[in-house]
Amino acid sequence: MNQNNKLSIEDVYKSYGNKLVLDNIDLKVAAGELCTLVGPSGCGKSTLLRLLLGQEFADAGSIIIDGAPARHPDPHRGIVYQKYSLFPHMTVFDNVMAGSRLSKQAWYLPWKRDKDDEAFAISMLERLRLVDAMRKFPHELSGGMQQRVAIAQALMSKPPLLLMDEPFGALDPDTREQMQIYLMELHEEHKLTIFFVTHDLDEACYIGTRLLVLSQYYTDDRGEEPTVARGAKIVGDYRLAREALPTTEKSSAYFKAFVEQVRANGFSPNNRCHVRDFNLKHPHSFQTLTREENQF
Amino acid sequence: MTANYKPVQPARLFGVHATPRNWHKLVLGLLPFILIIALYAYASHARKLDNPDDKLLPGFSQMVEAMQPLVMQPSPRNGQYVFWADTLSSLTRLALGCSLAFVAALWLGLNMGAFRGLEASASPFITFISMIPPLALLPMLFITLGVDEVGKVALIFIGTFPLMTRDVFIATKAIPREQLVKTLTLGGTQLAYLYRIALPQIMPRALDTFRLSLGAAWLFLIAAEAIASTDGLGYRIFLVRRYLAMDIIIPYVAWITLIGFLLDWALRVLARRLYPWYAGVNSK
Repeated sequence: MNQNNKLSIEDVYKSYGNKLVLDNIDLKVAAGELCTLVGPSGCGKSTLLRLLLGQEFADAGSIIIDGAPARHPDPHRGIVYQKYSLFPHMTVFDNVMAGSRLSKQAWYLPWKRDKDDEAFAISMLERLRLVDAMRKFPHELSGGMQQRVAIAQALMSKPPLLLMDEPFGALDPDTREQMQIYLMELHEEHKLTIFFVTHDLDEACYIGTRLLVLSQYYTDDRGEEPTVARGAKIVGDYRLAREALPTTEKSSAYFKAFVEQVRANGFSPNNRCHVRDFNLKHPHSFQTLTREENQF
Repeated sequence: MTANYKPVQPARLFGVHATPRNWHKLVLGLLPFILIIALYAYASHARKLDNPDDKLLPGFSQMVEAMQPLVMQPSPRNGQYVFWADTLSSLTRLALGCSLAFVAALWLGLNMGAFRGLEASASPFITFISMIPPLALLPMLFITLGVDEVGKVALIFIGTFPLMTRDVFIATKAIPREQLVKTLTLGGTQLAYLYRIALPQIMPRALDTFRLSLGAAWLFLIAAEAIASTDGLGYRIFLVRRYLAMDIIIPYVAWITLIGFLLDWALRVLARRLYPWYAGVNSK
């Protein structure tokens, strides 16, 4: 087995009341991947992210991050949300410095200056073209700028695993594309491991080095009776070749065909793939099926 | 050829599109004050014509005359300037009761909003005791704590504390969960979340609540002073009531109102200075 696993999930189940959301999820993610997770709405993408974050806990199974089980939120994981990522009462600079101050200084003393971290914060702000807005409050910024600050804020703490929950979901298409490029550049520059949840298949295929499709549209040997409670599984796991960064790639015929293929296999209630035939081509992909799911 | 239309002039005073100029607003704002004073002066004058000894609507010169010894001359009994001594003791009681209640409410409400365990225990209790009419407790307070300062401060505290606590609690609970998770993933502790993230975010709202509670605090202060006291603005009003001394009561009420207005204004300015981000966040 690959010893370089950042994240390994095995036999994870999660249900809310009678509704099974995550159904026997298995996943290993190597360090340095930009792993995108897509799926039809309501399939449990955000639930899986919250489990990774430790905001909620699985009913069964194990979630191991860097060799330790995932507990309550801690600096092992960074997070960028679609909104509410920033502290509204702090300026942009203070928001970016928040990680350094909160983790290194006592809460009951006034913040002291930290020359090294401040220099790093400034360099990060320069990199994301936010220096001019440094003294502004989050509500004075546009949506795209806010998300850039949120990314800088999360990166300051150099989290071993960076989780992103639809971070660009509320942005207009141009800003969104710009942000995607920023993220890909930062990913390569800082050798980050990122787990990126989105509902936009184009985005997922474009920025990721690995694409995971979570979906409730599949079949298995448990039968088709309505009594069978079935939740979402990872129905597709692809390695993505990402050599160049130009946005023109999005309009290439190959890219479009690939997106359509993924969409057909994961997003359609009328085209259900059997658990044995999932497209799990990624070398790190694995799947443990129960006897009921795979009877032959 | 394009027709030469006149530029649109916005309405200044009437209709939903009106955008009054600043001097419009000043004049319009002063208008009710001027009207009420003029109306009073007229009524007072009319009664004086009828009965020169009328005590109910004293003229302004009468008020000045009556207030003069209280404001400008030391009392022959204890050498104090009565008006200023009354003001000082009333404000001391008000400040003590209100600030104690504010600090206690801030601390308890914040902890209740952040810690579910404490919430489960304290929330129903605070909701329950906030229903007690504080004035009904006044006799009990005077019996147990005595009729001097402690009893009056306690009444103001009990009268304002539950409501402020509930408001701080609600504001803390309304902070998105994301902010807590964010703090923890950035390496902050639970207490760092409480005092560095949650507290500054609710402070401007808490100051608003404090401002609104001042009205209730005045009510309890005057009530306590009216019943058992030897000085204070409320005490004086209820004392001179026996002599129908409207020429003292009216200036005292106007003075209380002015202090209340200035306190309210000062707190608003303070909140805007300390928390400049608050107005912007709320307007979104």
